[in-house]
Amino acid sequence: MSSKSAASLRSPLGRARGYGSAKEGVQTYLAERISAVALVPLALWFVFSVAQLPMLSYPAVRHWAEAPSVAVMLSLFLAVLFYHSSLGVKVVVEDYVAGEGKKLVMLLFVKFAHAALAAAGIFAVLKIALGAP
Amino acid sequence: MSSPAPQETRPAGRPLSPFMIGPYYRPQLTSMLSIVHRLTGVGLSVGTVLLVGWLVALASGPWAYAAFATHVAAWYGQVLLLGWSWALLYHLCNGIRHLAWDLGYGYSIPAVYRSGYLMVACSLLLTAAAWGVAYVL
Repeated sequence: MSSKSAASLRSPLGRARGYGSAKEGVQTYLAERISAVALVPLALWFVFSVAQLPMLSYPAVRHWAEAPSVAVMLSLFLAVLFYHSSLGVKVVVEDYVAGEGKKLVMLLFVKFAHAALAAAGIFAVLKIALGAP
Repeated sequence: MSSPAPQETRPAGRPLSPFMIGPYYRPQLTSMLSIVHRLTGVGLSVGTVLLVGWLVALASGPWAYAAFATHVAAWYGQVLLLGWSWALLYHLCNGIRHLAWDLGYGYSIPAVYRSGYLMVACSLLLTAAAWGVAYVL
């Protein structure tokens, strides 16, 4: 009975066109949450590692960043951070930017900016670690 | 029979989200914490420019780093750093709250308020702990 009434709620045209759920989006939903789970230890590690550094001392910060384990953690942190950030900012743009043209431009800008910042950050980390004497 | 095409232009006076809070909706802890979650998220995303700037300065040598560090040491740099650290820890704590909801836990109204106050307290404690480590150790 219930399945029959549920089926009848859908218009024949809608069914014919395959309307209904978008059939996608689960991947994005999971990606946002999986990256969030990964960021819990990574962000805590970052905050409390940097807090222990004499931030204004170039040799001390440099020495810290040159350690292979730190370089790996920093690269991971940056990669997951920018991935998570791009997913989050995308949703904010989709929610608040009105007009398809403006929205498209903003989405492209957000995507490119995230990619550029992630590349610059990870390259800097690798340059420090690989350039270490 | 034909349904009208989706309107590109909004009729004049039609509000854009978020419009309910304020004129129609009393601000509540729940809605405010949710808005702050988005605000801190966007703020943190903008802040990554400075995070990458710090790493690029560190990779560029002592002179570039000294120029960057001068701004970090200045009062506005410290204010930004305090704001960034709290925003990160708030977003982290509230993110855990959201993950618990995603798993189906903590949906009753008392539980939502309890986790809200607990999360704010945790974010403040963690921020104090981080700055305590930075200044005391």
